[in-house]
Amino acid sequence: MLAIYRHTLATRLLHWINALCVFVVLMSGLQIFNAHPNLYWGKSGADPELAAFEITSKNSPQGDRVGLLRAGKHQFNSTGVLGVSHDGSERAFPDWATIPGERFLAAGRRWHFFFAWLLVINSAVYFAVSLARGHLKRDLLPTRAELSPSHLIRDFWYHLQLKFPSGEAAKHYNPLQKITYLGVLFILAPTILASGLAMSPGMDAGFPWLLDLFAGRQSARTVHFICAALVIFFIAVHLIMVLLAGPLNELRSMITGRYVLPAKKNE
Amino acid sequence: MKHRTLTRRQMLIRGTVAFGGLALGACDRLTNSPSFAEVLRSAEQLTYRAQRALVGNNALAREFSDDDLSPTFRSNGTDAPDSEEYRRLAQAHFQDWQLKIDGLVALPLNLSLAAMRLMPARTQITRHDCVEGWSAIGKWTGVPLASVLNVARLSPRARFVVFHCADSLEKGEDPYYESIDLIDALHPQTILAYELNGRALPIANGAPLRLRVERQLGYKHAKYVMRIEVVEHLNAIQGGKGGYWEDRGYEWYAGI
Repeated sequence: MLAIYRHTLATRLLHWINALCVFVVLMSGLQIFNAHPNLYWGKSGADPELAAFEITSKNSPQGDRVGLLRAGKHQFNSTGVLGVSHDGSERAFPDWATIPGERFLAAGRRWHFFFAWLLVINSAVYFAVSLARGHLKRDLLPTRAELSPSHLIRDFWYHLQLKFPSGEAAKHYNPLQKITYLGVLFILAPTILASGLAMSPGMDAGFPWLLDLFAGRQSARTVHFICAALVIFFIAVHLIMVLLAGPLNELRSMITGRYVLPAKKNE
Repeated sequence: MKHRTLTRRQMLIRGTVAFGGLALGACDRLTNSPSFAEVLRSAEQLTYRAQRALVGNNALAREFSDDDLSPTFRSNGTDAPDSEEYRRLAQAHFQDWQLKIDGLVALPLNLSLAAMRLMPARTQITRHDCVEGWSAIGKWTGVPLASVLNVARLSPRARFVVFHCADSLEKGEDPYYESIDLIDALHPQTILAYELNGRALPIANGAPLRLRVERQLGYKHAKYVMRIEVVEHLNAIQGGKGGYWEDRGYEWYAGI
């Protein structure tokens, strides 16, 4: 059994602070969203009926409340989760998905902005440490060979077959992993920050280009929400990969740094 | 009956669900803990200082064109103040209404709507962002607050401008109020608006006079303003947090 030291203390610490922050900003964000569960495109938008996307509730012909999710002209019954919760209460996202659980916009905002600051500071430290140590270039930047179509297709095929690297290959991130992480770090995270700031009337006065970047404040709010959905998707895939690749080994490597290299299978 | 043993995967899933439940319960308990609430509140100071440092004191909120006006300007909070005095004022088209300016000023004033209409006015088409998340664009005309404060002359001790309003959100509650610092009070777009979209300000939107403080969220834009008080500290007024919603947990600095 060959074990290696995979993640540095800084990476591990920053990872868990990051995990906590992301968990809190996502759930407090849903609390804030619940105050006006409608999304618009453009500079303004205040009329739910004109929204591009909404979570709402209405009476069914039988007379009970039905939760509805509407995207454009398409409508879906979402009773039990969205619009009308498991306990029959009328709210866009259910209590188990929001911080705090009860409907409390002021508290949701306090949680959101405190942990958003922590997330920004934590991310800044991550970027500084990673740049200083060459982590980004050494571990995350795909090599030219890795970016060749044949390599990428092969890696994609391995993922579909749930074949995980073993032996020497398990010491490094694989190409799809590298591209995903870089996408989150350099596209998704900055977009979340910028679209969040574009919703701030204070920041808009100092940096009006934030509004132009997203074609208006309500578009920025919609982009912010779409990015949140992408983050949830990323976390879901990330956790599934951890579970499939050997949860205890992966979890330990992110806590103590020690990672046991999966033995090479005989083929 | 089949004998069941937990597989490692089942244990992990159950453990995760149980941990999730515990964590969520913990978040709710933390929300109600006064000391933790103080920790969360510290972010507001950070936001205030960061925005004041990054955004110039006189940086203007974006102004829009007539084409951008919202079809109807949404009203939130009070639609019509529920008091005998306000109804009487409204019935007389606010001819008897007077804005009182007092507190830390050299010259306390009483200004009628007619007197305010004679003062130099500013018209601006701006976006109103509600804390709930929606935005509406409206065209506002009114007197810059700075002009009124210049006439009344601020005392050197002046730090905040407080707006006392005619409406109560719940029957029997203290009336609505708001406050801003001198940076926002003297900002060129901070106006006491008496017109919306070229017409006398409707009652639903705050007649006869409402504050526009364009770099902050909607709840700062006090409607039905009756009195402007200049103070050094906010703690002696109502809940002491500087505004109706502030006393109920919202940020005093609503620039985000």
